[in-house]
Amino acid sequence: MSGKHWLLALLIFAFYLLHQDFWFWSEARPLVFGFLPVGLFYHALYTIAVIGLLALCIRWAWPGHLE
Amino acid sequence: MISVFFVAVYLAAVLYIGIFAFRGSRGSGAEDFFLAGRSLGGFVFLFSLFGTHMTAFAILGSSGHAFHNGIVTYGLMASSSAIVVPLLLLFLGTRLWSVGKHHGFMTPVQIFRDRWECGHIGTVIFVVKAALLVPYIIIGVIGGGTAMRAISGGLVPFWLGGAIVAIVVMSYVFFGGMRGTAWVNTFQTLLFLSFGAVAVVIIGYGLGGFGTAMEKMLASPSLAPLLSRERISPLYFFSYTFIPLSAIAFPHIGIFCLTARTMGQFRRTVLLYPVCLLLIWLPCVYLGVAANGVDDVAGIQAKVEARNRLASEGPRLEAGERDRLRSQMAADDVLLLLLGRFAPAWIAGILGAGIMAAVMASDSQILALSTMFTEDVFAYYGHTERFGEAAQVYTGRAFVIALTTCAYLVALNFPGNIFELASQYAFSGFSALAPLVAGALLWRGSTKWGALASTVWVAAAVVAMGIFQAHAVVPGVYWSAGGMDVITRTPAGTLVLGMLPVVPMTVISGVLMIVVSWVTPKPSAAAIGRYFK
Repeated sequence: MSGKHWLLALLIFAFYLLHQDFWFWSEARPLVFGFLPVGLFYHALYTIAVIGLLALCIRWAWPGHLE
Repeated sequence: MISVFFVAVYLAAVLYIGIFAFRGSRGSGAEDFFLAGRSLGGFVFLFSLFGTHMTAFAILGSSGHAFHNGIVTYGLMASSSAIVVPLLLLFLGTRLWSVGKHHGFMTPVQIFRDRWECGHIGTVIFVVKAALLVPYIIIGVIGGGTAMRAISGGLVPFWLGGAIVAIVVMSYVFFGGMRGTAWVNTFQTLLFLSFGAVAVVIIGYGLGGFGTAMEKMLASPSLAPLLSRERISPLYFFSYTFIPLSAIAFPHIGIFCLTARTMGQFRRTVLLYPVCLLLIWLPCVYLGVAANGVDDVAGIQAKVEARNRLASEGPRLEAGERDRLRSQMAADDVLLLLLGRFAPAWIAGILGAGIMAAVMASDSQILALSTMFTEDVFAYYGHTERFGEAAQVYTGRAFVIALTTCAYLVALNFPGNIFELASQYAFSGFSALAPLVAGALLWRGSTKWGALASTVWVAAAVVAMGIFQAHAVVPGVYWSAGGMDVITRTPAGTLVLGMLPVVPMTVISGVLMIVVSWVTPKPSAAAIGRYFK
């Protein structure tokens, strides 16, 4: 594995940990945009951030040799 | 009546797309019928794969779960899938596609047989996967009957609704094969996506704005906890991240990975999968939670009262009364109730068609079982050689009719909760089978004996959990060690060390794959060489 692949593995692990957000566990406030409980907003934002991680995976670890 | 009209239009559209559309692009032979000739382009591949994976649960179940459990539903099921499923598609789905394309495989079991040079062990894997998949198909028929009855306000009885849905699904799978099913799934996914957006606008407007609805819930001591995750433990939350592993072991997803025209189709699917999840799950979860604040809909209030009564008096109630309250609590229809309250009848009718799209996702599972039967049993045991490829396709079509008819008859004669229980553990079972796919495609050292050990373990664990859950008294701690509750029966299911059973099931399955493979003979260098350069 190259340095890029190690960094990617580390990033995937970090994202996995970020999913287990114990912060905002018991709070509903603040209501983001006036209507989204903060815990739900975090996971919606997380879903969007995952797209960035996936883009990086495709760029650095696309299994082109399989084509 | 308006709702029935729109649902009828929807069913006619589905039949047209599945049977008649794109006929010109159809070829002949097994590969064309079962895999659409490995020719699906990016748009259909993305939406059809997503629709195939997100069954009725995405719209009906997610809002029903959120109604009782709050915003945690999104983190439990959607954002965990958003990271796990695309990574599985990228690192395993592309490999499935590649070996399928280069060696002509049409099912994952064919790949396992070739990779590990095994015959009957492949048949064992087929049997276990088929047994885990059947409950979903039955639930699909039950869901169709229930939704038709609810949307028509009782005008269409359960038996008729279930029959209509079964016949429509059977028809387009029978005539259209994978190509017809894929285009119907694409159409259905586009309907899901529109459904979420339209429902949010209409219901939000009806509630007088979501901000007002949230403030009202926060002011209520019984409803405020639904807007945070304080009622569940972080360990339980963590254990849910194992569930999306099931995606790559599901036969209908594994087989679907073989249908892409080029590997490039995976690129767009991997990137846009989380976007689709966000667009469908966020509105459905949010609306499910917000429904708790609606106090002028009798159906919703009855669910809230049943929940409160179970929470306060549950252990003291008789079993029959508890079952009645649980049935009253069932919240899969909560979006329908909200639409009935806030949407004009014609819009509710159109959205009812969107809900039908959600409950008719058993098509790809029926086709997958048919593909597996004809490839992994019919062809493997020499029948294609004897009778020809045309006979194989006829057998596949006959299997579709037999399976759908059986599912319908079973759905009519047995209570649905039996299959809900079965599917609950089937999900865990498929997650625990993921090490087979990973072992076959990523690890040179894996062997057929490792695969067999994992498969037998998964089958035994699913059966054991089902028996335990059916017979254990609720709630209760059944095994404690060192001051820790090891096995607990809760109203929602069974916990092992505070986690869902899927965690030990998957971990032990992976350990068995590794340990047994280490100590057993490897496949030939030629077999390994076909998968690892």
